[in-house]
Amino acid sequence: MTADPASSIVVNNIRVELIERGRGKPLLFLHPEIGIEPTSPVLDRLASRTRVLAPVHPGFGRSEQPKSFDTVDDLAYFYLDLLEQLDLRQIIVVGVSFGGWIAAEIAIKSGERLSHLVLANAIGIKVGDRETRDIVDIYAIPESEYVQLAYFNPEVGTHDYKTMPDAQVLAAARNREATARYAWSPYMHDPKLRGRLYRIDIPTLVLWGASDRIVSESYGRAYCAAITGARFELIERAGHFPHLEQPEIFATRVFSFVEETSQ
Amino acid sequence: MRVYQFTEQPYPDAWKDHGGSLRVNLPNRKCDPKIAADLFHRYYDEWLLADELGLDIMLNEHHQTATCMSSTVIVGLSVLARQTKRARLLVLGYPIGHRQDPLRVAEELATIDVVSRGRLDMGFIKGVPYEFPCSNQNPVGVMDRFWEAHDFIVKAMTSHDQPFNWESEHFHYRQVNIWPRPWQQPHPPIWSTTGSKGNARVLGERGYVIATLGTGYNTRALYDVYREGYMSKGRPAPAADRFAYLGLVAVASNEREARERGERVASYLRAAAIVFPPFRNPPGFLSTADNARLMRGETPPRSYTKDRRVIDMRSASVQELIDAAILFCGTPAQVYDQIVDFCEYCGGMGNLLMMGHAGSMSHADTVENLTLFANEVFPRLKEYKQPSATATAA
Repeated sequence: MTADPASSIVVNNIRVELIERGRGKPLLFLHPEIGIEPTSPVLDRLASRTRVLAPVHPGFGRSEQPKSFDTVDDLAYFYLDLLEQLDLRQIIVVGVSFGGWIAAEIAIKSGERLSHLVLANAIGIKVGDRETRDIVDIYAIPESEYVQLAYFNPEVGTHDYKTMPDAQVLAAARNREATARYAWSPYMHDPKLRGRLYRIDIPTLVLWGASDRIVSESYGRAYCAAITGARFELIERAGHFPHLEQPEIFATRVFSFVEETSQ
Repeated sequence: MRVYQFTEQPYPDAWKDHGGSLRVNLPNRKCDPKIAADLFHRYYDEWLLADELGLDIMLNEHHQTATCMSSTVIVGLSVLARQTKRARLLVLGYPIGHRQDPLRVAEELATIDVVSRGRLDMGFIKGVPYEFPCSNQNPVGVMDRFWEAHDFIVKAMTSHDQPFNWESEHFHYRQVNIWPRPWQQPHPPIWSTTGSKGNARVLGERGYVIATLGTGYNTRALYDVYREGYMSKGRPAPAADRFAYLGLVAVASNEREARERGERVASYLRAAAIVFPPFRNPPGFLSTADNARLMRGETPPRSYTKDRRVIDMRSASVQELIDAAILFCGTPAQVYDQIVDFCEYCGGMGNLLMMGHAGSMSHADTVENLTLFANEVFPRLKEYKQPSATATAA
């Protein structure tokens, strides 16, 4: 089903899938917990004006799972190594949900190679009190309820695994396991991250699918408030994965932000 | 053969009104502590009876469930270590991959071994899927954590001359030097449960006792893999005492009463499966390949009868459960024949973990079941000569 399959790259002896297309300013797209397929329309939209690099995180999809990797910190260092290996500079880093968490962890460590940061429905920080979950416990609800909460249009997230190619079903199973490996506890966040976001000193856009009921808009606004000068924008008719439900608008918002905030 | 009496120590009053889940999220408002106290005392009394009748004892723990009130097996072990006289005390099991602190586990179990004067059998287990939301341990990689906890506990129990240090992936300790040290040397026997061939081989290589539950006429394949692993370390074929099987038991003086009792014991199987679906398969509990098959709707059958009929043990009839060797049920002579038949099929099985109480079985019902078994089935089982695996076709 994939006309344009992913190639792969080896970073620090770890082989991961890498979808690469388009030309121009480099853009690192960090996928959410549900993975990414090469056919995802947002990639073509983003590639219309940038050089998109969309790696599949270690442990997800068909990418190798190093035994020693079990935190988002590990993934952030992995991507810093990838940027260095490819000598990418002035790169736009875009992450959705779990990918947004990785993007934030990259940016607090080193923004040296980054020009812009876009966090879409990003998870990774703790906002509420100790008895209030910020992020719905996706391991405590049925799939049918999950798609209702995660999507503006639940059909977008509904899959018929019986008719899907074997490799794709296995990739989905690996995505589920890898997400838990990195984010089971503390659940979907790093208790230290919020207090370190002040270190981000590049133009940052927090994009938010307005119909997300996995993580609330107020959580997104708290994320934005912790990053100096960050901008917050809603995307209507989209839930937790705005890049899937509104790929055109998603790409346009990224381009407009980069244009407006570039010297 | 040894026979271990087992009950999950249930709170059956809650089974009537569970709203679709007996585990994890069943509000504990439904637990009346006064009823719970009466039940605990009663279950301990029934184990004391088992001790008097010459049977051994098995305890377990689960969490946040009305199917099993024992949420810390150390409490039951503590009571029984002091109050019983001769029975082996098997914990099967202790979910060590879930515990924050394996040093505490080593201290607790060594103390139980000493108080009981060397009667402890230590069963270490992975735990059922529903334990992960309760312990909040990551189900991904839990077996790595399990084996590190195991290594640490064994090291703590067998180090006697100077404190040692432990700095590893999951656990960090300094000056480890447990008091008391265990009674049994080098340490109490280690048991574990499994339903997978990969783990069965590992247990065989280590020479630990392998126990299975509900595997019926699928058991032989697991035992044979265990035997391969056992012999791969240069040992002769394992004796029957390396194998354990958890079977439900209902015995009565006539067949009709036995069948009625069988229904009551089988209520365990019906209730154990009542869990809110998202808790049934946390990520990482099964392999990704197995999960991919599940996502496709392919669920491999687990329980077979001797003539290879597939049964669902959650809904099977008493006759089907007997046919699948999940329930041993009938007159003393029938129950003896069923158990021996199963041992022959297994190529030897030396430890029957007997669920002789379940659900809302009354005290009188349970006492009669245990007494009849101990007096009329068990003496013959003790005399029974186990087959050697090589002499029995799989």
